[in-house]
Amino acid sequence: MGAQKKRAAAAAAAARVSEDPDDLARQPLQAILLADSFTTKFRPITLERPKVLLPLVNVPMINYTLAWLEAAGVAEVFVFCCAHSKQVIDYLENSEWFSQPNFTVKTIESHNIISAGDALRLIYEQNVALVDIACLLKLVSLSRLKLATCYTLTICFLVVLSFKIHGDFVLISGDTVSNMSLTQALQEHKERKKKDNNAVMTMIIKKSKPSPITRQSRLGTDELFMAIDPNTKQLLYYEDKADHSKGTICLDKMLLAENPSISLHNDKQDCYIDICSPEVLSLFTDNFDYQHLRRHFVKGLLLDDIMGYKIFTHEIHSSYAARIDNYRSYDIVSKDIIQRWTYPYVPDVKFCGNRATKLERRGMYRALEIEQSRSAQVGSFTVIGYGTKIGSNSKISDSVIGEGCTIGSNVLIEGSYIWDNVIIEDGCELRHVIVCDGVIMKAGAVLKPGVVLSFKVVIGERFVVPAYSKVSLLQQPTVHDSDEELEYADNSSGTVEFSSIQGTADQSNGEMTSESSEAHKPKLGTGGVGYIWSICEGGQEEEWRHSVAPIPEDKLTELSEAMDDDQELVTQDRTALSTSGELISDSNASEGDDNEDSKDDSVYFEKEVEATFLRAVEENVKVDHVILEVNSLRLSYNMTSADCAGAVFYSMMKLAIKTPHSSASELQQNTANIITTWQKLLKSYLLEIDEEIEIILKFEEMCLESAKEFSPLFARILHILYDKDILQEDAILRWADEKEGADESDKVFVRQSEKFIQWLREASEEED
Amino acid sequence: MPDTQVLVNDFLNKLKKRKIEGSQATARQTAELLRSVISQQRVPYTNQAGALIDAVKAVGEQLIAANPVELAVGNIVRRVLHIIREEDLSLTTAAIGGLNLSAVSDDENDDDRDGDSTLSAAAVAAAARSTLRPPSLQTLLEDTPVSAAVPQTSSSGGDSEGKTADKSSRSRKLKHDVIEAVNELIQDIVTCHEQIAEQAVEHIHQNEVILTLGSSRTVLEFLFAAKEKKRSFRVFVAEGAPRYQGHLLAKELVARGLQTTLITDSAVFAMISRVNMVIVGAHAVMANGGVIAPVGMNLVALAAQKHAVPFVVLAGSHKLCPLYPHNPEVLLNELRSPSELLDFGEFSDCMDFGSGSGSPLLHVVNPAFDYVPPKLVSLFITDTGGHNPSYMYRLIADYYSADDLVVQRRATAGN
Repeated sequence: MGAQKKRAAAAAAAARVSEDPDDLARQPLQAILLADSFTTKFRPITLERPKVLLPLVNVPMINYTLAWLEAAGVAEVFVFCCAHSKQVIDYLENSEWFSQPNFTVKTIESHNIISAGDALRLIYEQNVALVDIACLLKLVSLSRLKLATCYTLTICFLVVLSFKIHGDFVLISGDTVSNMSLTQALQEHKERKKKDNNAVMTMIIKKSKPSPITRQSRLGTDELFMAIDPNTKQLLYYEDKADHSKGTICLDKMLLAENPSISLHNDKQDCYIDICSPEVLSLFTDNFDYQHLRRHFVKGLLLDDIMGYKIFTHEIHSSYAARIDNYRSYDIVSKDIIQRWTYPYVPDVKFCGNRATKLERRGMYRALEIEQSRSAQVGSFTVIGYGTKIGSNSKISDSVIGEGCTIGSNVLIEGSYIWDNVIIEDGCELRHVIVCDGVIMKAGAVLKPGVVLSFKVVIGERFVVPAYSKVSLLQQPTVHDSDEELEYADNSSGTVEFSSIQGTADQSNGEMTSESSEAHKPKLGTGGVGYIWSICEGGQEEEWRHSVAPIPEDKLTELSEAMDDDQELVTQDRTALSTSGELISDSNASEGDDNEDSKDDSVYFEKEVEATFLRAVEENVKVDHVILEVNSLRLSYNMTSADCAGAVFYSMMKLAIKTPHSSASELQQNTANIITTWQKLLKSYLLEIDEEIEIILKFEEMCLESAKEFSPLFARILHILYDKDILQEDAILRWADEKEGADESDKVFVRQSEKFIQWLREASEEED
Repeated sequence: MPDTQVLVNDFLNKLKKRKIEGSQATARQTAELLRSVISQQRVPYTNQAGALIDAVKAVGEQLIAANPVELAVGNIVRRVLHIIREEDLSLTTAAIGGLNLSAVSDDENDDDRDGDSTLSAAAVAAAARSTLRPPSLQTLLEDTPVSAAVPQTSSSGGDSEGKTADKSSRSRKLKHDVIEAVNELIQDIVTCHEQIAEQAVEHIHQNEVILTLGSSRTVLEFLFAAKEKKRSFRVFVAEGAPRYQGHLLAKELVARGLQTTLITDSAVFAMISRVNMVIVGAHAVMANGGVIAPVGMNLVALAAQKHAVPFVVLAGSHKLCPLYPHNPEVLLNELRSPSELLDFGEFSDCMDFGSGSGSPLLHVVNPAFDYVPPKLVSLFITDTGGHNPSYMYRLIADYYSADDLVVQRRATAGN
């Protein structure tokens, strides 16, 4: 292992020597940088500032991406801005990126783009438009139109010309941090493209094991399953939304049939860096429903075997690449940067005009002009920005503090990200939180893990902000946006609202409270300004997965217990297999699984129906409503109406037996009453004769097992059911016929109701 | 001016992004950049030296701040500043001498200095130093009064403007001389390997065993020079983890027909008893004779001391740094990416911050340099010959002017 590694390192060193920028220089490499993630995961912060400008270890994220692109030999970058495009463009114009030699940054602005797919389509259209305008120009010059028109057209032409994609390009989003060398990946991509024109994309992946307990990667994204051909490195299968509850993934049989070998990975991390051929753009245009780069585009290409486009992977080993997708990855990538995995993009290297910072012992990064009290304890792996003041007896560890912050005395800051110009008064406690620019925390305020305070929020004295809450000056948008909705907010209106709130905050609290009198917005203590956002629907469960705070212990134990159970199940299955002594073919095994599953499901379903029914009885819910509820249960458990009928009947009988009774006749009476009351419910599921038989069978089963008290009354209750028109005579007769050939023990009830059946038979014969 | 600004920015970028590796390349490029800054700088009639010094300082400050770890940048900036001061001084003294002699033309300066006794001793010393010849005992003894006199003379350079006729020619002359001297400096930097290598035969003897660590171009040339002079000897190369540049060195040595043995860094102590001399390169040599060298060097030096094996450091004069090392392990070090040590993917589960306390239990530290204290170094071989560690500060006093040692701090205070 050691020797191997060394050889690899030596080879890498040799490669570094031979690696020549001239190779890349022949055709200037281009990149499309999407300065918008098209998600809402960083709300509420992204309502006021675009994600790419959020500071990551005191440097706006986009700088990491641009610095890497420049170092990787990219000559031209198109920055695609949508949400807060003005802020992004302003920032870039004032930065040094526009004045770099051999590296041009151009911005494309568009407001009606809601996904990565749209963005690429727009770029493609402009590429095509270029050709059109070139033709037009020719025409114009031929027909000798007015000079002025010519001019405008030329200007048009020039504008469009600047967005020309003329070869392979790197597709990346503005929140990616990497230090990998593109040379090899690019070369591989080009060679493949030469041999096979359908190899349109190379995806960069990296090894990273997902946590076995939480089923998510260390970056907080879902566990990713990939099938890769080990020889050609072709990507064959990509699934990031696997159903963990079942613990299975489904591969198309054709995959196994067509490829001699497949390696299935769950320990790879998608870096979201793609090397694409120009065809990718046209693919997006052809498939206008492609929105998401992975969910639609990659999966679409993998499934679509008509065009035969192929995606390949390139795995990086020693270098680093990660995308910031959620708060957890923000936390993890920050820590990776502090631990220097992203070298040379680390705080003490001035890779993009960041302030001079010195690295001291134990991973402490300190900028200049920090005022720190002697008694303050600044722990390891901490970054402290320029001009920050730290009061006495404050403790700071594993945190990033921005520029110009004022931290009082006896403050505790642990694993937190504090941006610029934040004021934290004495005695505050912050654990694993994100605090944006200009926040003021009054004395004694406490932030529980996972809290996010957006810009300029004020937290009142001794106020405790509950865990995982998000606080912003802007109100939560009342309409819950779908996943596809972007973080686009109208820029101007946002700032207007913002300033107005500020004004009121300065005056007094009274106006503020009247404004926020709505029920779901608790105050932030005395003098607090801002709204606590309610957690989105279904978010509570997921919140801990994506927050900056580490996953709490109890969650972990809970999850690992659940996992142990799963494993027991699995091992049980295995033992069952091995004891049977022979290999069962795959199809059988899967069927067995299905049965198991459905059995489980039906038990749950029955319980749910029973609970619903009992509640209905207690609360006098209308029959129609109960039917609705049971129907929805039936849909969610994927059950037939026979199952429903069985379950409803079961719960009715259960109720009857639970009602206090002294004798068998009283029980019969109770049953009759309940059946009369709820016959409508039962009937709504008795569409066909099969369902009626199911009820009889169910009843029989109950009498034998769970409710033996009914067994002497079987015939009588059967009669009641017949009387109430719940059971038709056909059903009863069929049941009797079916039982004809059964064992003696099974025939107990048939025999008991023999008289009744006899009577029914005669009646039907008479009718005939 | 815009031309130089572009050049400066370009170079700053390279420095900031750690795109230039090796102190020789850095030193040469710094000198070339400063040369173009000087040649583009417009010189006023009065106090030309002051204007040049300010221009160089302004650029130099940026360069030093761009990569504080690469000491060669600061060294070259100070060397150039020193050159300007010296040239100014020699011109002034020549002018004063010219008043007395009234017939000496500037072009004959060099001849005059050697022969003319009317010139002050200070001017002789300055001339000797500016040509970067090995310093004689005389210049060393006179060093202190001269450096004290420098600020006065540079201001007096402005005072002596009574000679209006000479002025324009003098200002052109100063710039010209400075550029000449900087060219010489660049030449020195380029040829330092050869000058060091020339001394190889004096140090490497027949059938000796030499140990080295990592890869250094100076060491490579040094060994080749000895080989070319028909010396037969063996070389042990410690591979120099984690970058394993020793492997490359071994490859090149073998290509030139040298008997080479490659060992791990940890085997150095086991092998040192069979070694006659340790010859290594350095990243920088500090004023106290301490050495900043690739990581692992301190270990080799300690092993060498234990077995009384001479520990020889090869360093071009551009690596000579006039600063004293305070807290050298941290402040003069570069912590590189941990990925040189281990594969991130293999250890990704050790670095899962999401669970537990939120801070990882595994930290990987990858310093680029070691500090070797002067007492462990037996000999320095520079392009001006072999020196003791205790002699370094004198060498530094020759190359640098005392005023420039704090160039950085003064410049930032000015801002």
